[in-house]
Amino acid sequence: MNIKDLPEDENYFTPGHTACAGCAAPIIVRNMMKIFGKDTIVYTPANCLLVFGGTYPYLSWKVPYLHEAFENTGSCIAGVSRAYKKKGKKVTVVGFAGDGGTYDIGIQALSGAAERNEDAIYVCYDNEAYMNTGIQRSGSTPYGASTTTTPAGKKIPGKLEHKKDMAEIMRAHQIPYVATMSIAHPKDFLEKTKKAKETEGFRYLHVLSPCPTGWRADPAKTVELARKAVDCGMWTLYEAEYGEITNIYKPKKKIPVEEYIRGQGRFRHFTPEMVEELQRWVDEKWERLYGEKP
Amino acid sequence: MKMEVKFYSGNVAAAEGAIAAGCRFFAGYPITPSSEIAEYMSRRLPQVGGIFVQMEDELASMAAILGASWGGLKTMTATSGPGFSLMQENIGLGAMTETPCVVVNVQRAGPSTGMPTLVGQGDVMQSRWGSHGDYELIALSPSSPQECFDLTIRAFNLAEEYRVPTMLLMDESTAHMYEKVVVPPADKIKVVERKRPRVAPEKYLPFKPARNMVPPMACAGEGYRVHVTGLTHDERGYPQTTDPEVQEKLVRRLCDKIRKNERKMRDMEILHMDDAELALISFGISARSSKAAVNRARKKGYKVALIRLKTIWPFPEEYFEKIADDIKNFLVVEINYGQLKYEVERNVGKGRVHHLPKFGGAVHTPEEIYAKIKEVYNGN
Repeated sequence: MNIKDLPEDENYFTPGHTACAGCAAPIIVRNMMKIFGKDTIVYTPANCLLVFGGTYPYLSWKVPYLHEAFENTGSCIAGVSRAYKKKGKKVTVVGFAGDGGTYDIGIQALSGAAERNEDAIYVCYDNEAYMNTGIQRSGSTPYGASTTTTPAGKKIPGKLEHKKDMAEIMRAHQIPYVATMSIAHPKDFLEKTKKAKETEGFRYLHVLSPCPTGWRADPAKTVELARKAVDCGMWTLYEAEYGEITNIYKPKKKIPVEEYIRGQGRFRHFTPEMVEELQRWVDEKWERLYGEKP
Repeated sequence: MKMEVKFYSGNVAAAEGAIAAGCRFFAGYPITPSSEIAEYMSRRLPQVGGIFVQMEDELASMAAILGASWGGLKTMTATSGPGFSLMQENIGLGAMTETPCVVVNVQRAGPSTGMPTLVGQGDVMQSRWGSHGDYELIALSPSSPQECFDLTIRAFNLAEEYRVPTMLLMDESTAHMYEKVVVPPADKIKVVERKRPRVAPEKYLPFKPARNMVPPMACAGEGYRVHVTGLTHDERGYPQTTDPEVQEKLVRRLCDKIRKNERKMRDMEILHMDDAELALISFGISARSSKAAVNRARKKGYKVALIRLKTIWPFPEEYFEKIADDIKNFLVVEINYGQLKYEVERNVGKGRVHHLPKFGGAVHTPEEIYAKIKEVYNGN
């Protein structure tokens, strides 16, 4: 499947929203929605997507759209999916949550829905901080990043902890389908979306969503950032079915993490030691996933 | 040390007030319009040797400040509507275990997600009885950044003195308003510390009250036996979950230590009460518009008073009982559809308590309050 195969005029998430320049979230949502199609019901908790795509008069949704509390995307999609199943109607039920709503406050509801194998799709668009409330750190924020609650100073150099591996947590649930995705790999992105739509049971899609506002980066470089994240190993692309990795992408040439973080204001204060620490984390992750040293 | 004059927002003033009161532990979670408190604390607390933790949600934030309080620190969290709702179970745990801590609720318009960036005062009742069961808390409401500073200190002092979670009921307008804040030198700020046990460890009963009905508090590691539980417990702290007498004795004391000490917690600004026929009752940002309206009405010859509550809970029942006969009409001005109004009615009787609600998203203008004063005054 390629981007050309998508229906050009069929938008269920339409233009005219108020996302920041360079925001990856509408790219993710618009293209996914073209595949999910019109018989889709969407839930979102509090996140940027709610604000830039779900407030009148800038509403972008052409499908039934429901907004819920921050912590319960997993439960809400479970409820709506069971109701339609009871009525004998085949619909695609999708929850679009950010990283805060997934890694932190929403993990309990998400884990419960996965464990019960609810027939729904959960999408985490991961911009690596609470961007909607003003760039506070989340469990997804990478090591060292400066946010408004982990401000880099002389004594505390930004966030002290590494990014939590959420996709691996979901893989451990042994659900029918887990995929990690990138907007810099559109073919892979669309194929995974299609596969998610065609699979039954609980499906978890996780997309890195570069946020030029929060990452303090050039809004023209969103796709480039997404690509570099994959090329350096900070973000990895794979599919897993029932806990087993069935398909994994390996960058042809692994770039140093420094090439990825350069140009992002959130990492501007990095010392060589901090770069080294981040590189160590990436290399360990690489070894875990590919079963060999980088 | 010298007095300092600062230019603070209400949120920053509350954070600075907390630090001045001795707060050294803050656990929070991002939520508009209170996030600036967490952001400020993340920078400021490490500078004074304190701890800032961003938690995974508000349940965790509230639970963490209870834990840190039992670790011997003065603790605070800050949130707004939805987060305040998530905190309720643990606020009840704090009331039951008599854990000193301060919860800042920067009110926005609700219910549910409501208007995240705009003002509301709809959490008056929730800040009293949002958790299940019988208990009483303390809630203070500032009207300016200066009071955000002052009342946060007072909230800590009351929390420590009465061993109770204390609510600072702010609102979005006061939180984001920048004004002059006078910060007294540290040695001029009254800071209360929790009472420690004076008896020998073997004689210590962790929930045996002192004369003010509050038990002295020992933390783990100080040589005293510590057994703290959300179950109904006796003076030894041991669960007694089948004995209604133990339940009665405990709940009576949890409520009465607040109710019967109301006078010591009372704090209000009273204006033009002497010959007043109509009294306005308000708090927080609404009280500022009310004050302007009352002053204007006074100039026009209306005999109007203002009662601005700085302590909302416990409600000053005794005071209202006292003035009930002298005042003909009452007018409650608040940004909700009638919450404090019910409490005033309960104390002075129905029929003469008028109400000027706003539903959130905007502050009353002095003009609309003035118009309502005229209407009530002239009996229209």
